[in-house]
Amino acid sequence: MSKATAHQTDGGVPVFHVFEDKEVHHPGDSTMLGFWMYLMSDCLIFAVLFATYGVLGRNYAAGPSGADLFDLKLVAVNTAMLLFSSITYGFAMLAMEKGRKAAVQGWLVVTALFGLAFLSIELYEFHHMIAEGATPMRSAFLSSFFTLVGTHGLHVTFGLIWLTVLLVQVGQRGLIPENRRRLMCLSMFWHFLDVIWIGVFTFVYLMGVLK
Amino acid sequence: MSGSHNDVGATQAHSSLAHDLHGDHGHGHDDHGGASHGSFRSYLTGFILSVILTAIPFWLVMGDVLGNATTTAIVIMLFAAAQIVVHMIYFLHMNTRSEGGWSMMALIFTVVIVVIMLAGSLWVMYHLNSNMMPMAPGNHPM
Amino acid sequence: MNSYPDWWPLVFGRFTFEAIPYHEPILVATFAAVAIGGLGLFALITKLGAWGYLWREWFTSVDHKKIGIMYMVLGIVMLLRGFADALMMRGQQAIAFGANEGYLPPHHYDQIFTAHGVIMIFFVAMPLVTGLMNYVVPLQIGARDVAFPFLNNFSFWMTVGGVVLVMASLFVGEFAKVGWLAYPPLSGKAYSPGVGMDYYLWALQIAGVGTTLSGINLIATIVKMRAPGMDMMKMPVFTWTALCTNVLIVASFPVLAGTVALLTLDRYVGTNFFTNDLGGNPMMYVNLIWIWGHPEVYILILPCFGIYSEVASTFCGKRLFGYASMVYATVVITILSYLVWLHHFFTMGSGASVNSFFGITTMIISIPTGAKIFNWLFTMYRGRIRFELPMMWLLAFMITFVIGGMTGVMLAVPPADFVLHNSLFLIAHFHNVIIGGVVFGAFAGINYWFPKAFGFKLDDFWGKMSFWFWVIGFYVAFMPLYVLGLMGVTRRVNHFDDPSLQIWFVIAAIGAVLILFGILSFLVQIVVSVMNREKLRDVTGDPWNGRTLEWATSSPPPAYNFAFTPMVHDHDSWADMKKRGYQRPLEGFRPIHMPKNTGAGVIISAFATICGLALVWYVWWLAALSFLAIIVTAIAHSFNYDRDYNIPAEEVVREEERRSRALAAARV
Repeated sequence: MSKATAHQTDGGVPVFHVFEDKEVHHPGDSTMLGFWMYLMSDCLIFAVLFATYGVLGRNYAAGPSGADLFDLKLVAVNTAMLLFSSITYGFAMLAMEKGRKAAVQGWLVVTALFGLAFLSIELYEFHHMIAEGATPMRSAFLSSFFTLVGTHGLHVTFGLIWLTVLLVQVGQRGLIPENRRRLMCLSMFWHFLDVIWIGVFTFVYLMGVLK
Repeated sequence: MSGSHNDVGATQAHSSLAHDLHGDHGHGHDDHGGASHGSFRSYLTGFILSVILTAIPFWLVMGDVLGNATTTAIVIMLFAAAQIVVHMIYFLHMNTRSEGGWSMMALIFTVVIVVIMLAGSLWVMYHLNSNMMPMAPGNHPM
Repeated sequence: MNSYPDWWPLVFGRFTFEAIPYHEPILVATFAAVAIGGLGLFALITKLGAWGYLWREWFTSVDHKKIGIMYMVLGIVMLLRGFADALMMRGQQAIAFGANEGYLPPHHYDQIFTAHGVIMIFFVAMPLVTGLMNYVVPLQIGARDVAFPFLNNFSFWMTVGGVVLVMASLFVGEFAKVGWLAYPPLSGKAYSPGVGMDYYLWALQIAGVGTTLSGINLIATIVKMRAPGMDMMKMPVFTWTALCTNVLIVASFPVLAGTVALLTLDRYVGTNFFTNDLGGNPMMYVNLIWIWGHPEVYILILPCFGIYSEVASTFCGKRLFGYASMVYATVVITILSYLVWLHHFFTMGSGASVNSFFGITTMIISIPTGAKIFNWLFTMYRGRIRFELPMMWLLAFMITFVIGGMTGVMLAVPPADFVLHNSLFLIAHFHNVIIGGVVFGAFAGINYWFPKAFGFKLDDFWGKMSFWFWVIGFYVAFMPLYVLGLMGVTRRVNHFDDPSLQIWFVIAAIGAVLILFGILSFLVQIVVSVMNREKLRDVTGDPWNGRTLEWATSSPPPAYNFAFTPMVHDHDSWADMKKRGYQRPLEGFRPIHMPKNTGAGVIISAFATICGLALVWYVWWLAALSFLAIIVTAIAHSFNYDRDYNIPAEEVVREEERRSRALAAARV
C-alpha cells in the first residue's frame, strides 16, 4: 500500500480513499487465520482436559491404574494409524496443488480409512476396559482418561464426517477456490489432532505405565 | 513490528486477489495461516522424523531402557516436545511469515496460556492437597 | 409420578405437569405478565404484517450493524429480567428479620441470586459489550462487514438460545440454586438432582459457543480487514480494546466450555471429576472455572475502557493522552489477567506461597488500570470539555471505578481476604467495578453511538435523569453493603436474626429503587427520543465532532458502510481527514460485493436450543434427533456456495446522492 499512500492530489490534499477497481478485502482472505484461531481455542479445551488428567490422573480410588490397563502395543499401532493418515492427507494436499482431482479424492479416501482404523482400535480398547470393569465412573483417573482420549476420538469422528462431506463436494464441483480453502482447513484440523495425540500418548499412555 | 505487518498484509490481499483474477491457484507462497502446502520432500522428512520421535519413547518405556521412571518421564516429554515442533513445521507449515506473523503470535500466546494453565493448576492443586488433604489417596492410613 | 403411564418417561423424559410452578403466585403473575406482553407483541407484529420484514431484514441478516443492534436489544431486555431479580433480593433482605420470614423461601431466593448473577454476566453484560464491538469495530477500521458474516449471525442466535433456556427455566421447572458459578459438590447430582442445574449447564454451553465464535470473528476482522494505512498503532483505542477482549474470549471461553462439560459428565454419566468420592476433587472445578472467570472480568471491562477512551478524546476535543501507553496497558492486562485467578479462592488452603504469588500478581494488574485512569485525566486536562451524556458517564465511572479498584486491592491481600471472603464486602466490590465500569460504560457507549445507529440523538433530559438516578442509586445501594461486609455479614442469605443490621438493608433497598428509576428513565429516554426524532435528527453523520472513521459515514450507515474503502494516514483518522480538507467522493461508484443473508444460523441455533431443552428434561429421543438435525443443517448449509451478491453501482449512486441532498438541505 505504500505506493497508494503516496498519492496526493494537486492541492496537496492526501488521497483518503481507495479508488482502484478492486476490492481491498476479498472474501476468504480471513478463513485460514480464523480457522487457526478456532484450533487454538480447541487446544485450550484440550488443555483443560490435560490439566484435569494431570491433577486427577493418579487418583485410582483403589481401582485399576494405567499400568494395569494400558496395552502399549495397541497404542503404538494406533499412533501409527494416525501418523499414516497425516502423511496421506499431506499427499492429498500436494495433489490439490497440482490440480489433480482424482488423486485428491484417492488420498482422502486412504486418509479416511486410516482414520477409521484409528477409531476402531480406540473403540476396541474402550470396550475392553469397560468390560473389565474399568468404566469412566470407576475413579477420577478413569473419568479423566476416558474424557481426554474420548474427546480426541470425537474430534477424529467429526473430522471423518467433514472429510466425507468434502469428498462429495470435491466430486460435485472440483477443486474450486472454496473447496481448496475447505481442504486446507481440514488439513490443519487433521494435523492438529495428530499434535494433540502426541500429548495423549506421551502423558497418558507412556507416563501412565511408568512406575 | 506493526508497520511492517500492514505492508505485508496489504500485499498479500493483493497477491491473492491477483491469483483469483487470473484463475491461477497453483501458488506455493505462504499467505495462508500455517497452510502453505510444503513439498513431497518436506512431508516425507516430517514423517520420518515423527516416526523416529515416536518410536524412541515407546521403546524407552516398553523396554524399560533407562531403569528410572523420573528420568524416562523427562526424556519422553522432551521427545514429545520435539515431535510437536516437527509437526508444526512440516505438517502445519508454521513459520514466522504466514499471515504476517499472526499465526505464530496466536500459537505463542496459546502455548503461554496452556503452560500457565497446566503448571498453575498442578502447582495450586498440589499445594492444596499437601496442605488440606493428609488423607489423599496413596498416603492414606486406612 | 404414579399417575403417569409407563410410556411417559420415554416420550417426555422427567417432565411432569408438577414441574410447572402454578402454585407459586409470584411466578404465575410473572408468567401472566410475560404471556400477555408476549401475545400483545405477537399480535402487533402480525397485525403490522412485520414477520416477513423481521425475518428477512433482521433475524437472517448478516449485517454487523443489525446484529450489533440485536445484541443490544437482547442485553437491555435481559437487564430488566436480571434487575427484577435484584429488586426481589433487596426487598426480601430489607424485611426478612426476626419473626418476619419475608416473601421468598430459601429455595426460591437461591434460584433468584443464581439467575441474577448468570443473567447479568452472560446475558446482559456480554451482549451489551459484544453488541457495541460488533456495531462499531468494522466501522472504525473502515471495513464493510466482519470477516465471517454468517458466523456472526449464528453467534448471536446461539446467545439467544442460552437466553431462551434461562427464561424457560422460570416457567417450566426451576433454575439452579447454587450461585452463579455453581461450585460442586453442591451443583453435583447428589445435592442438586433437579433440572435447575441442567438448565444452567446447557444455557452456558450453548451461549458459550456463540461467544467463542464471535470472538474469533472479531479478531480476524481486526487483523485482516483494517483499511489500508491503518497500522496497529493507528487503530482507534476502542478497536484495540476490542481486539484484546476477543483474544481473551477465544483464550478463555473454551476453558469454561471444558469445565462445564466435565461437570455435565459428572451429572449425566456419573463420572468422578468433582465429586467427593472415588478420587474426585471439587476444588479442581473451582480452579478451572476461575481460569475462565478472571479473564471474563476483563472481557467485560476492556471494551468499556475503549468506550471511555473514545468518549474522552471526542468530548475533550483532543487526542487521547498517552495513546501508546493506553495500548500497552491494555495488552499487559490481557496477559496478566491469566495470572491472578487464584485470588478468587485464597481461602481454599493452597498455602502461603501460592497465595502470596497470586496476591502480588493481583496488585500488579492494578497498575496498568491505574495508568489508564491517569490517561483519561490528562486527556481532560486543558481540553475543551463538553459535558454531554457520554462524558458525564465517563466522569461517574472514573470516580466510582477508583473506589471499586481500591476495595479490590484490599481483597487482593490474602490475610484481609480471609476476613472479607464471601462477605457482602465482596458483593459491594464487584458491583462497584461492574456497575461503575461496565454498566456505566455501556450507557456511555449507547448514548455516544446511538445517533450513529439510528440517525438521531438521545433525549438529553431523560438521559440526565437516568444518569443521576443510576449514579446516586448505585452509591445508596452498595455503600451499605461495604459496611455490612465489614461487620461480617455473608452473601446469599435470605433471613437475618440481628435486627441492628436491618437499617443498612433498608438503605440498600432504597438504592435499588433509585436504580429502578434510572432504568425506567433510560427506557423513557428511548421512547421520548423516538417520538422527537425529527427534532433530534442528525444528518451530518458526525453529531459529536468525532475523531474516528465511524463518524465519516452517514447515520445510519448504508449497508455497505463505505462506498470507497478509506485510506488512513494518521490515528484519529476522521479528525485528520477533516483537518486536511477531506471531500466526500461524489462519483466513480462501483458495484460493491456483499454477503447474502441466510436463515441457517437461526435454524441451527433453534435446533441447539431444542437439544438443550431435551437434555435438561432427559427426553433422549428429542436430544438425539435435534443433535442430528444440527449436523444435517450445518452440512446442508455447506453445500450452498452462492453466498455473496453485488450491490449494483446505481444503487450505491442513489444512496450516496440521497446523502448529498440531505447534507445540502442541512446546510441551508
